[in-house]
Amino acid sequence: MSAQTKQFKVIGQRLQRPDGIDKVTGRARYGADIDAAGMLHGKILRSPHAHARILSIDTSAAEQLNGVMAVITRADFPTPHKGFEDVQDNCMAGDRVLYDGHAVAAVAATSKHIAKQAIKLIKVQYQVLPHVTDVEQAIQPDAPVVHSGLVSRRVPKGFSENVVRYSSFGHGDIETGFKAADAVLERTYKTEATHQGYIEPHACMASMGLDNRADMWVCTQGHFWIRNMCAGVMAMESASLRVTASEIGGGFGGKTTVFIEPVVLALAKKSGRAVKMVMTREEVLRATGPTVSTMMHVKVGMNKAGRITATYAKLFYQAGAYKQATVDFGAMPAFAPYALENVKTEGLDVITNRPRTASYRAPGAPPACFAAESAIDELCQELGLDPMEVRLINAAKGGTKSSYGPTFEDHGLIQCLEAAKAHPHWQAPLEINQGRGLAAGFWFNFGGETCVSVFLNNDGSVTVTEGNPDIGGSRASISMMVAEELGIPYEQVRTTVTDTGSLGPNEPTHGSRVTFAVGLAAIKSARAIIDEIRARLARMWEVDVTDVVWQDGAAHYTGNKAGTFEPLDLRQVADIANNLGGPIAGHHEANAEGAGVSFGVHIADTEVDPETGFTSVKRYTVIQDAGKAIQPDYVEGQLQGGAVQGIGWALNEEYVYGEDGCLQNTGFLDYRIPVASDLPMIDTVIVEVPNPGHPFGVRGVGETPIVPPLAAIANAVSRACGKRQVDLPMSPPKVLASMQKA
Amino acid sequence: MSHSHVSTTINGQAVQYACPTDASLLEVLRDQLGMTGTKEGCGSGDCGACSVSLDGRLVCSCLVLGVEAQGRTVDTIEGMADKNKLHTLQTKFLEHAALQCGICTPGVLVAARSLLEKNPDPTEQEVRYWLAGNLCRCTGYDKIIRAVLEAAKAMREEQA
Ligand code: FES
Ligand code: FES
Repeated sequence: MSAQTKQFKVIGQRLQRPDGIDKVTGRARYGADIDAAGMLHGKILRSPHAHARILSIDTSAAEQLNGVMAVITRADFPTPHKGFEDVQDNCMAGDRVLYDGHAVAAVAATSKHIAKQAIKLIKVQYQVLPHVTDVEQAIQPDAPVVHSGLVSRRVPKGFSENVVRYSSFGHGDIETGFKAADAVLERTYKTEATHQGYIEPHACMASMGLDNRADMWVCTQGHFWIRNMCAGVMAMESASLRVTASEIGGGFGGKTTVFIEPVVLALAKKSGRAVKMVMTREEVLRATGPTVSTMMHVKVGMNKAGRITATYAKLFYQAGAYKQATVDFGAMPAFAPYALENVKTEGLDVITNRPRTASYRAPGAPPACFAAESAIDELCQELGLDPMEVRLINAAKGGTKSSYGPTFEDHGLIQCLEAAKAHPHWQAPLEINQGRGLAAGFWFNFGGETCVSVFLNNDGSVTVTEGNPDIGGSRASISMMVAEELGIPYEQVRTTVTDTGSLGPNEPTHGSRVTFAVGLAAIKSARAIIDEIRARLARMWEVDVTDVVWQDGAAHYTGNKAGTFEPLDLRQVADIANNLGGPIAGHHEANAEGAGVSFGVHIADTEVDPETGFTSVKRYTVIQDAGKAIQPDYVEGQLQGGAVQGIGWALNEEYVYGEDGCLQNTGFLDYRIPVASDLPMIDTVIVEVPNPGHPFGVRGVGETPIVPPLAAIANAVSRACGKRQVDLPMSPPKVLASMQKA
Repeated sequence: MSHSHVSTTINGQAVQYACPTDASLLEVLRDQLGMTGTKEGCGSGDCGACSVSLDGRLVCSCLVLGVEAQGRTVDTIEGMADKNKLHTLQTKFLEHAALQCGICTPGVLVAARSLLEKNPDPTEQEVRYWLAGNLCRCTGYDKIIRAVLEAAKAMREEQA
């Protein structure tokens, strides 16, 4: 039966999550919510300079302070395993600090207060070096160089050594395409770095025995990766470190890597005690992994009929102090919503004296999409075309060769555009100083390394163990899929996120992969249980296994002795399982393939105050293909949350660096994420074009919603104020200045 | 560091503690009393994750000293449900999926309760402005606002 026609019993219902009650009563345990007997408190000393050589570190006064049990610097770290050099260097600086906030030393003490005092007693002598934090300055041939000798072979000449990687994608011949256009638009766009802004700061607690075996409790999107990275940085065996993921207070990509965790391990090792460390908000903003900042040149050609004839983009992504590949994930999806004959994108990775960037929801895509969708919108204005029709004319379909190479399977872009066009929002009248913006966006989605085990308990209830921290209700969704597959009530299934000692490796909760990949593995594990039950009953009944079928939550005999054997449901099977050969379980380990691409279309209405340049969002609608929404509330939640993060990126969030290369806005007061009073309700439409790669048709939904909003808002503001906005965030002074320009 | 002895009432129970004079109420709750339901997102009054009521007034417990609780009443998320019965706000938050990661949830619930005590029939805009000091990064606020409005409605009906 295809996913489209299948009638579901559990899937699609708005059921409540198993962790819900704990989270509304304060009982749920997050990263900072746990203590151990004899536990010490860790604290990190951070660089006040954007770029400096460390001449000396004197820790003696700190070590002598009563209550200080360990002080560490880079000298206390082993040579890391190959491939983890940058990770180690980012967690604890070597001979140079590379950005404001870079860790230099750390202490563990018997109280937070003493730890704080102790780091003030550490004396560091710095030789300040020239720095660069701006992407445009960093690429100039005479810019201060962050690292020498990293430039890879394909990087074009004419830049500083900070331009370290080059990539390109596309097909056709763009010059021919531009010649065929009736209008060609060329623009340069800029975006500033933003932060994921999870409300829970990083927190972790670890202890280590004299045999170097360690345990860690940490808020993370992926404790298996934390384990692997800590083992790499501390030159340990992965098996000797057991990591348990706490409940997690938001991650959005920013909690897929290590910052404090190896430091806590090193402190635990040196002190011989359990050590807990919780970042301050200032540390989170200065020294975790924000996004890229960008400069993007875009050129788009269009004919009078609205057909896009060629597109070109050259993206410079500032990715912090170490080499990264984020720019590829801007260059690939930039024009992915369109079926193009001629497309070329180039990506250049630029290093600067800023913190090493981490993933943030569809990492790399939102800026590129902002540039591409802005250019297309401006061309529509220039040629007097309807932006919805232009997108419909050019939309990629199943079978289209994508802008980055592969040919698309079936997906829901056209359906999303049709739904957007039919939505009352698209036709609603606008008032004075208001504008409506439209943008489409794309994300690849991902499957990846996944292990799941499902157990039939003695009473017939079912336990699912998986390895992906649940941020937005995934335990519910996975239980629902297992319940559906086994034909039992949702309440009979409980899904638990287990520690690294209890299951094979799992990639983090990233790439919009959990409901897809963990769901897939859980369904296959449930099928393994069904097959085992069928085989055992066939033996008991002395019938052919093909005559035992699992239907509506029970095993039925369908052979020619029908009527001889009563159907047995899961609880009855559990009851006799031990007489039939022992416990019954299913498990599945795989790299999940077939994630199924994702498209979304956003409509934004904004009003721009002509006096101040202040923008308010009046109405917002998100339309997205979910393949199949397992729990629609949680899908809507992803669409709404992603859209609002994108609105923040478009309008008010940015990293502000001073002349000294230091971050100036290190708190939520100045790094202003959207608050409730900034926003209208966020309307959602879930389109369901099943993903052929999943038994129930699921596509990941988490990342795509942050891709279109930058452009949707920019297009709305540009239309509202009559001036094309090319520089994010569109803060009031910037918008006002653009309006005052002739 | 000098310590002060404090007698206070937390969630209806008389509580005594000795705390450093510079410790915030949030630190006392979390680190000394083990009441980790109240969260810390910033420690500077900007996120609302640490919201509690002090003598019925909504405060950021990270901006209140532990010693300031002397002789007063503190209400935290741990006291919101009546034993095994959830508060209507908690029920509506679950029904409307008004939480994703849930780290902001205790603070939002405490703040929303304080709003509904003052104003049992708030408009959407009143809810949005009252909760403007409670950051949520996951939900985009939509489902939170709906849940609060629905809870207000249900509570009015309970009263009627
Ligand atoms: S922790 Fe008190 S307001 Fe953020
Ligand atoms: S639910 Fe995650 S911050 Fe609000």
